[in-house]
Amino acid sequence: MSISAEPFESSAPIATPAVIDILRFNTCGSVDDGKSTLIGRLLYDSKSIMEDQLEALERSADLTGGGQINLANLTDGLRAEREQGITIDVAYRYFATPRRKFIIADTPGHVQYTRNMVTGASTANLSIILVDARAGVIEQSRRHTCIASLLRIPHLVVAINKMDLVGWSEARFNEIRAEFEKFLPRLDIKDVKFIPISALNGDNVVTLSDKTPWYAGPSLLGHLETVHIASDWNLQGFRFPVQWVNRPHNPTDPKLHDFRGVSGQIAGGVIRAGQQVMVLPGGNVTRVQEIHTLDGPIEEAFCPQSVTLLLEHDVDVSRGQMIIGMDDLPGAGMNLTAKICWMHQRALTPGRKFLLKHTTHTTQAIVTEITNRIDITTLEPNDAPSGLELNDIGEIRLRTAKPLVYDGYNTNRLTGSFILIEPGSHATVAAGMLLPPKSVVKPDDADFVI
Amino acid sequence: MSNYHLDHLQYLETEAIHIMREVAGEFERPAILFSGGKDSICLLRLAEKAFRPSDIPMPFLNVDTGHHFPELNDFRDRRAAQLGAKLIVRKVEDAIASGIATPAPNEISRNRLQIPTLLAAIEEFRFDCLIGGARRDEEKARAKERFFSFRDSFGQWDPKNQRPEIWNLYNTRVNVGEHMRAFPISNWTEMDVWEYIKREKLEVPTIYFTHSRQCVRRSGQWLPVTDLLPPKPNEDVRELNVRVRTIGDIISTGMIESPADDVDDILAEIAAARVTERGSRADDKSSEAAMEDRKKQGYF
Repeated sequence: MSISAEPFESSAPIATPAVIDILRFNTCGSVDDGKSTLIGRLLYDSKSIMEDQLEALERSADLTGGGQINLANLTDGLRAEREQGITIDVAYRYFATPRRKFIIADTPGHVQYTRNMVTGASTANLSIILVDARAGVIEQSRRHTCIASLLRIPHLVVAINKMDLVGWSEARFNEIRAEFEKFLPRLDIKDVKFIPISALNGDNVVTLSDKTPWYAGPSLLGHLETVHIASDWNLQGFRFPVQWVNRPHNPTDPKLHDFRGVSGQIAGGVIRAGQQVMVLPGGNVTRVQEIHTLDGPIEEAFCPQSVTLLLEHDVDVSRGQMIIGMDDLPGAGMNLTAKICWMHQRALTPGRKFLLKHTTHTTQAIVTEITNRIDITTLEPNDAPSGLELNDIGEIRLRTAKPLVYDGYNTNRLTGSFILIEPGSHATVAAGMLLPPKSVVKPDDADFVI
Repeated sequence: MSNYHLDHLQYLETEAIHIMREVAGEFERPAILFSGGKDSICLLRLAEKAFRPSDIPMPFLNVDTGHHFPELNDFRDRRAAQLGAKLIVRKVEDAIASGIATPAPNEISRNRLQIPTLLAAIEEFRFDCLIGGARRDEEKARAKERFFSFRDSFGQWDPKNQRPEIWNLYNTRVNVGEHMRAFPISNWTEMDVWEYIKREKLEVPTIYFTHSRQCVRRSGQWLPVTDLLPPKPNEDVRELNVRVRTIGDIISTGMIESPADDVDDILAEIAAARVTERGSRADDKSSEAAMEDRKKQGYF
């Protein structure tokens, strides 16, 4: 792409907010739809490409690119990638505007795609699906949108790119939009925005273009800067997977002799000092005496803050257990149903055993059944396959050695997700999303003891 | 619901504390790499946030190349003592004397020789996880790095065969002799680091601020004149007001001319900067893949 040295400006005259937050997004697209150009444009126009990086690009252009600067070299960091002209893996990029900081998970569009996109999308607030205006909605666009829906990314942007090559036609834009909207109702995406752009020329990327007077929405960056993400975390049921028991050894301060805290990151909901909680598995009920932080006690904490809880009773708590609030109860059990993305060359077959890591809890698990394979361009299930291959997505049944305290992935991404680890090789072989539990934990059920 | 929302530093902080505690929860013999530089200073504050009022449940480790800025080592020792932590220092000189590290003929830089020294320390203490302050925005080989980066029994990084990291579920499994490197501040930028230093009121070594120093111009950089780097007869020695932006060895760290004498000045300087932080590191400039090659061998 050609680089014009236009100075960066904020996309619209809105005052700098008091609080600068972080938006995480991933970009989905194949080799030719302008993904690298778009990222290059965002980085360049936000002054995130520095002179020494440009120099390095120019040096490599002289050697390999016949003198042409290739912005893809900025993201393709490893030698093998530059030599083979491919992107191996997920790369993370950073840029900031006066309003927000951004983390981009840049995933390549070749065979390993599903695995990499699942990885990049798992932590994203927003996905950008790039569509070539000439080609319209192709199979890959459907696949990317389905994965975004499956991973429950809260916000989606369909950037219809190369609008300059279709004469900035409003009719073409509406046609593609209508095609998209035909299959969107089948998916579970709440917030979708369509933006006509030309990444190469920068139209509607940072500033609104005069070539699209018929388009009333924001520029791409304008949307990224203002999309509301404060409610992307689950604030409904309190979930606190215990990471570490905080008990000072031989403290010199006598006040610390009895200090016993449980440390972790809140995976859902809000907690207040004095609130009643339950420890699962086990079922002990107690109260939160204090929410301890290095900066002093706080009255209230929320997902995803990291805190240390002091409990009223000296109940037995250890890593892998979960402390929960008394309303909005989770499910618990050893027989589970989940959608998984298989990430390893060795196919999954029923009967195989793995280590399952869910929140801070790792247990053994056996895959008892592969129920179906999901057609990733329609999200329709196919008949039960004999196995799941690399990049396949399907529904499975599992039995675990110890009960899991969990939520459906549709209500909580942190307590509804797990990974499978192959014993021996220690490879991470699957990403799993749990289906909602059929019944929830009963607080007065004394039988629920391990 | 807007009260229940974290700003960017709070988000980066909770992500990093979570990783610190995962290390404490899942490894038996972890350590924190602490050089006294700005990134590892942030790591120590995050460790305090993760583990206080308990002691930080892991020692600090530093590989001393013998070419460190003396101000940095002084700061390192003082900060470790303040935090009541055990500081382990392993020296490249000792590694050379015992045959663990072998310099090439005329090899003055200690950069490569840190690698066998570090790997020997990992073996000596049987560390199974080292927490480091590397950031993905520093360098493009690091942009592909995981939070938990697996190292085989030779300490090597295999970028083509990394474990996918999904959600905040980290696969920390290693066999005996293998180890993990954990990078809690992977997602932090240079700006985030200084903003955090400001918010937390963290002390940093004085060489980050402007001071007067004798420098010589080599390969487009101002290098500090020391016994290790005496000026050549025809070289022009200048007394300049300089500071460091990133700290490597004293023979390869470019000093930048700057009047910045507090953290606010530094923040303003970074906001206006037109070159990256690592632009002043000669060790990264030797080739496009310099960092990638060193990382594969066991470097940070």
